[in-house]
Amino acid sequence: MTDEPRFGLTATASQTAGPFWHLIDFPAWADLLRADGPNAEVAGERIILTGRITDGDGAPCPDMMVELWQADPAGSYEGAFNGFGRCATDDDGMFRFTTLKPGPVRAAGNAFQAPHVALTLFARGLLHHLVTRLYFAGEALNEQDPVLSAVPPIRRATLIAQPEGAGVWRLDIRLQGERETVFLEV
Amino acid sequence: MTTSDQPGYRPAAPGSQPPLDAPAYGSTHKRHPKQPPLRIAATLTETSAPRMSAGLYPSHAELAKGPGWEAQGERIIVAGRVLDEDGRPLRGTMVEIWQANAAGRYNHERDRHDAPLDPNFKGEGRIFTDAEGWYRFTTIRPGAYPWRNHHNAWRPVHIHYSVFGAGFAQRLVTQMYFPGDPLLPIDPVFMAIPDAAARDRLVARFDLDIAEPEYALGYRFDIVLRGRAATPMENPA
Ligand SMILES: [Fe+3]
Repeated sequence: MTDEPRFGLTATASQTAGPFWHLIDFPAWADLLRADGPNAEVAGERIILTGRITDGDGAPCPDMMVELWQADPAGSYEGAFNGFGRCATDDDGMFRFTTLKPGPVRAAGNAFQAPHVALTLFARGLLHHLVTRLYFAGEALNEQDPVLSAVPPIRRATLIAQPEGAGVWRLDIRLQGERETVFLEV
Repeated sequence: MTTSDQPGYRPAAPGSQPPLDAPAYGSTHKRHPKQPPLRIAATLTETSAPRMSAGLYPSHAELAKGPGWEAQGERIIVAGRVLDEDGRPLRGTMVEIWQANAAGRYNHERDRHDAPLDPNFKGEGRIFTDAEGWYRFTTIRPGAYPWRNHHNAWRPVHIHYSVFGAGFAQRLVTQMYFPGDPLLPIDPVFMAIPDAAARDRLVARFDLDIAEPEYALGYRFDIVLRGRAATPMENPA
């Protein structure tokens, strides 16, 4: 890969969100299907996405801002569904979103990406946000997804949520160390 | 080999972004991934973005004063433009800020700093940029505050910013600093950015044209989000 020539301006440097970002937290935003929200009328399979975020000691991270970005049940980013959510982790480092299950998203050519949501993490100790994805166990498209295929097989499980009861999918995120989550440079 | 048909966003200019592992900033020790990130070709997921509007996410840009309330401290106006690396303005993009009060205390239950709270200063704002990419907040100059990173550690005066953009890959959370702050050269968060010019761009400029006579001083802080790459990238797989 060669660097492209640079023109004009340079993107502003990132800085940590710090420990007090909750001033811009609105807990209702973790529920994308909230009655007074943008998606109250959109139909689809209602799911809960949850998981624990831990650090290099395996300790829960209780101060994280987690953002979610996903397509609608038809795999579109341009339909009525607004696939954005923001969630604070709790004292056990758990995040929890209520949303609709996304559909397969168009990829290059005539291919499709497996259903997935993008997750962004901000916190004290993160000078730049981290980006990862959550996929769903058992999806046939997982086998040919362009991002999952680029992950060494031994680490793929860090991106695949497992079912945990009706409509609940769980994916734990490990920032550092054993079974460290695969983070993406997008 | 898979090829994206989406041109993605340009990679960061060398030295312009802080590393995740910054030894002088203690909280990074156990939180930085040890594996390098996997660079992926852009897909629709990275080139699309949430549609945000004041209807869905109510805006308020007056943090200093309103009907029946008035915050303590030195009133300031912070304003600037949100552009991409090609100099194009980003219109209608959501800009959020949060900050400590004039005494250096956040209106946050976990802030234990022994400084007074101001019942009239909540310290958060949200606005959408106009057609030329401008945003503008009226607020209070925040105070410096201590933190426990090292002995006698104080954060320079700063306002936290959160900015979306036209693509998921443009997401930015940063901090705006004030000119001449003696704490800047000894702040591990600010100094983690390797390139001095990139650090300098986080320092707002004093701007009398933004000030309002008899009311508030003005500071200019422009924000640049990543520009689009010219060509799609190939996935390494
Ligand atoms: Fe702060």
